[in-house]
Amino acid sequence: MSDGASATGDLRDTSLDGPTLNVRLSRVWGTPRGLLGALTTVDHKIIGRRYIVTAFLFLFLGGITALVMRLQLAQPESGLVGPDTYNQLFTMHGSTMMFLFGVPIGEAMAVYLVPLMVGTRNIAFPRLNAFSYWVYLSGGLFLWISFLLNIGPDVGWFAYVPLSGPEYSPGKRADVWAQMITFTELSGLAVAIEIIVTVLKQRAPGMTLDRVPLFVWALFVNSFIIIFALPAVMIASTFLILDRLVGTHLFNPAEGGDALLYQHLFWFFGHPEVYIIFLPGTAFVSAIIPTFARREIFGYLALVLSLIATGFLSFGLWVHHMFVTGLPQLGAAFFTASSMLIAIPNGLQIFCWIATLWDGRPVWRTPLLFVAGFFFIFVAGGLSGIMLASVPIDTQVHDTYFVVAHFHYVLIGGNVFPLLGAIYYWFPKFTGRLLSERLGRWNFWLAFIGFNVAFFPMHISGLMGMPRRVYTYGPEMGWGDLQLLSTAGALLLFASFVLFVWNVAASLRRGDVAGPNPWNAGTLEWATASPPPPHNFNRIPLVTHREPLWAERGGLPVVTGLSVSHRELMVSSVAEAEPQLRETSPAPSIWPLVAAIAVGATFIGSIFTPYAVLWGALPVAAALTGWFWPKAMPEDEE
Amino acid sequence: MAGLTVATGVVVLVLTGLSYAGQRRLLGEEAAPVTIRVIGHQWWWEVQYEDPQPSRGFTTANEIHVPVGVPVQVKLESTDVIHSFWVPSLMGKQDLIPGRPSAIRFTAERPGVYRGQCAEFCGMQHAKMGLLVIAEEQADFARWRDGQVAPRPEPASDEARAGEAAFVAAPCSMCHQVRGTAAAGRNGPELTHVGSRRTLAAGTLPTSRGNLAAWIVDPHGIKPGVNMPLVKLDSDQLNSISAYLAGLK
Ligand code: HEC
Ligand code: HEM
Ligand SMILES: [Cu+2]
Ligand SMILES: [Cu+2]
Repeated sequence: MSDGASATGDLRDTSLDGPTLNVRLSRVWGTPRGLLGALTTVDHKIIGRRYIVTAFLFLFLGGITALVMRLQLAQPESGLVGPDTYNQLFTMHGSTMMFLFGVPIGEAMAVYLVPLMVGTRNIAFPRLNAFSYWVYLSGGLFLWISFLLNIGPDVGWFAYVPLSGPEYSPGKRADVWAQMITFTELSGLAVAIEIIVTVLKQRAPGMTLDRVPLFVWALFVNSFIIIFALPAVMIASTFLILDRLVGTHLFNPAEGGDALLYQHLFWFFGHPEVYIIFLPGTAFVSAIIPTFARREIFGYLALVLSLIATGFLSFGLWVHHMFVTGLPQLGAAFFTASSMLIAIPNGLQIFCWIATLWDGRPVWRTPLLFVAGFFFIFVAGGLSGIMLASVPIDTQVHDTYFVVAHFHYVLIGGNVFPLLGAIYYWFPKFTGRLLSERLGRWNFWLAFIGFNVAFFPMHISGLMGMPRRVYTYGPEMGWGDLQLLSTAGALLLFASFVLFVWNVAASLRRGDVAGPNPWNAGTLEWATASPPPPHNFNRIPLVTHREPLWAERGGLPVVTGLSVSHRELMVSSVAEAEPQLRETSPAPSIWPLVAAIAVGATFIGSIFTPYAVLWGALPVAAALTGWFWPKAMPEDEE
Repeated sequence: MAGLTVATGVVVLVLTGLSYAGQRRLLGEEAAPVTIRVIGHQWWWEVQYEDPQPSRGFTTANEIHVPVGVPVQVKLESTDVIHSFWVPSLMGKQDLIPGRPSAIRFTAERPGVYRGQCAEFCGMQHAKMGLLVIAEEQADFARWRDGQVAPRPEPASDEARAGEAAFVAAPCSMCHQVRGTAAAGRNGPELTHVGSRRTLAAGTLPTSRGNLAAWIVDPHGIKPGVNMPLVKLDSDQLNSISAYLAGLK
């Protein structure tokens, strides 16, 4: 980068300083006020915030379906809901939690935080980012509106054929499920690409690969898992749609199709999915622990390597969901071994985190409490997981409440607890105010106790033979007391979420003002104001250390030379983060929204007639033409 | 570090080996003295006992009898969606996948009544797709088997005779078979000896004349979504049919 004004004569940040610089950049990077601004914005923080709020909304909706199920199961032969509603409820619950909460929440946090953490002004492909949010929102609304219109899917979150096929699920319910997958698919892939490119090409100078925060590493690896896993489920759901709407027989055994093929395709995605949900949890934990242990993370390299190992291994496990389908036995044993092996990188991570805390001086604020809760719950879930990896044990407890207990220990322990910790941790960055610490402690204990009371007894129900996905059971089965206990726990857990929402609402107005770095943390997002200005940083920081703010107590060194008269950011090299180019970053645009509406209408139309794909291509093409219409913009410069 | 890697490798291998040995025992494929075909339907189990002498084979539903101490081979098939055969106290589960026959074997060591349940979500009434396995001494089993091979017992009373006539004349006979009569439908459970079975509608109700009547009057109230339609009957027909079915021991 050259210092001083360049030959093109535009104003650079070298020639301005302090408030003037801030005002200039805010104007250039800001989002216009009003509705049009809201619909056209490409600011990763505004979109990230929307993403987070929307994902929480779906978590909440998913929670309500869970609560209704728990009330129904609280006693034998309860008549609160019938089988038709119950089957929709658990399908909605599972699909919402996995596709509308689980995958998006990690990406949502990444969209907000990764650009800040790597020290850049906006995410790569900001318009794609806007587009992906609109697609995600329409997919979610589509599913939930269908549910309210009583065409909610009722075939379980993995929608096995032939049950979900044309013969056994007439009507539109299974189509709704399959098409919702396509929506989340598209938005998930788009965000994964943005994250990868942001991490590889937009890191602040000096942020070599071994200085990249673990949070960023985790979400980076996660994006690769998403890119490799999601296409498998897209093939599964598209084949399903073709069978249902066009009359192919890909999964129809009577016509030479294969019902088991669907399961392989689904679980080739479905197992990595668990890690797509878990890796963001590790990202939050790896960010929270050093800050509150007041020491750098122990075993950085080991943690990075185990993230990568988890990424690879997660693709070698899918068959353990299919142990009771009559596969060749030696083949099944291979998957037993690989399922046990993945415990190793996971265990390694846990040891590194514990070592960090052990050796530090932990400050027990709410975020760290949630991390401690995560340790406890996730390790318990990991132990039951190793049990499930064994074929003989699995043939007993597969598809029972033991499994329901196991995966909630892993999913809620591995994702939701770290997530709540993460919200307590970054809320001040997002909003400028701290969440109440007192309510936070209540929130934690209520959630922790409620969770265990709800889910621990399910292990026992499962061992007593209670299958999952049953809308009722007879009193003679003897499951009633444990089920009642689970329901009581679920109510406590729900109360903890209400408390959380209350805390957020109250703190938004009356919380303590945070300042840029309330926790005295070390990573770059804390180097800027809370909430950050539209351009993130007045000047791009120069990174000299893994925890830059701890290394440079006297103020971060910065690099200069970026334009202040148009949106410009710096592109750097992949490994060493050497500055390479100044690149123009796109301005707000309405086209992503228009494109998302066109694409959404095509998807939804296609479940009524295959020709919708044909007609829909026109508005989609028109929107994309508008989007990519060439504009006069300054060329990228060295 | 190297030592640790080797140790982990060994632990994983040993655990996998143990797991594999257990799995071989459960799923082995040698011939067994008793062979049963179980065919899953939404939401009941068709049970066919095979015999080298075809005339000694027979079909029943939702209730399996086995002799104690004798290995039993269960061949599993499905004609509609995926179900899973599971009797927790006797064996792990095995899926019934359309187009992919599979099998599981088990030996009941002690006499008793074991409850089983479909373990793969198979639609609306997955919850009420139970079955019973009754393990009994060899002699009891042989007696039961002879009873099941025989056609239905002759109706013993006028009411039962009227019931049989009504049953055969009504749509019931399009879906249900009663060997020894003209009723030969195969869409629903075989009813030749329905009165001898302990439960109705795949473990949903204990068998009794009253429950038979309750089922026929309102199958959808008891098992919403079930594949048996409500058949309009007058009260005489209802009474006589229930008496008749209850007598099919
Ligand atoms: C369209 C086919 C159909 C017709 C007609 C029909 N049924 Fe059924 N029936 C079924 C099916 C299917 C089941 C199994 C229901 C289940 O358990 O899910 C069944 C179950 C039963 C059972 C319980 C059997 C058992 O072993 O659990 C009885 C008894 C019975 N039907 C009697 C009748 C009578 C009496 C009629 C005539 C009034 C009748 N059915 C008409 C299909 C039919
Ligand atoms: C908020 C507290 C929660 C409660 C009380 C709860 C409760 C339940 C219950 C009772 C079931 C079993 C339904 C059945 O088999 O009949 C279930 C299924 C499931 N839950 Fe949760 N859950 C909660 C949160 C979550 C979260 C956060 C996730 C994921 C991130 C999740 C993912 C799932 C999935 C994937 C299923 C399987 C659905 C299916 O069988 O198709 N749950 N949940
Ligand atoms: Cu079934
Ligand atoms: Cu089932």
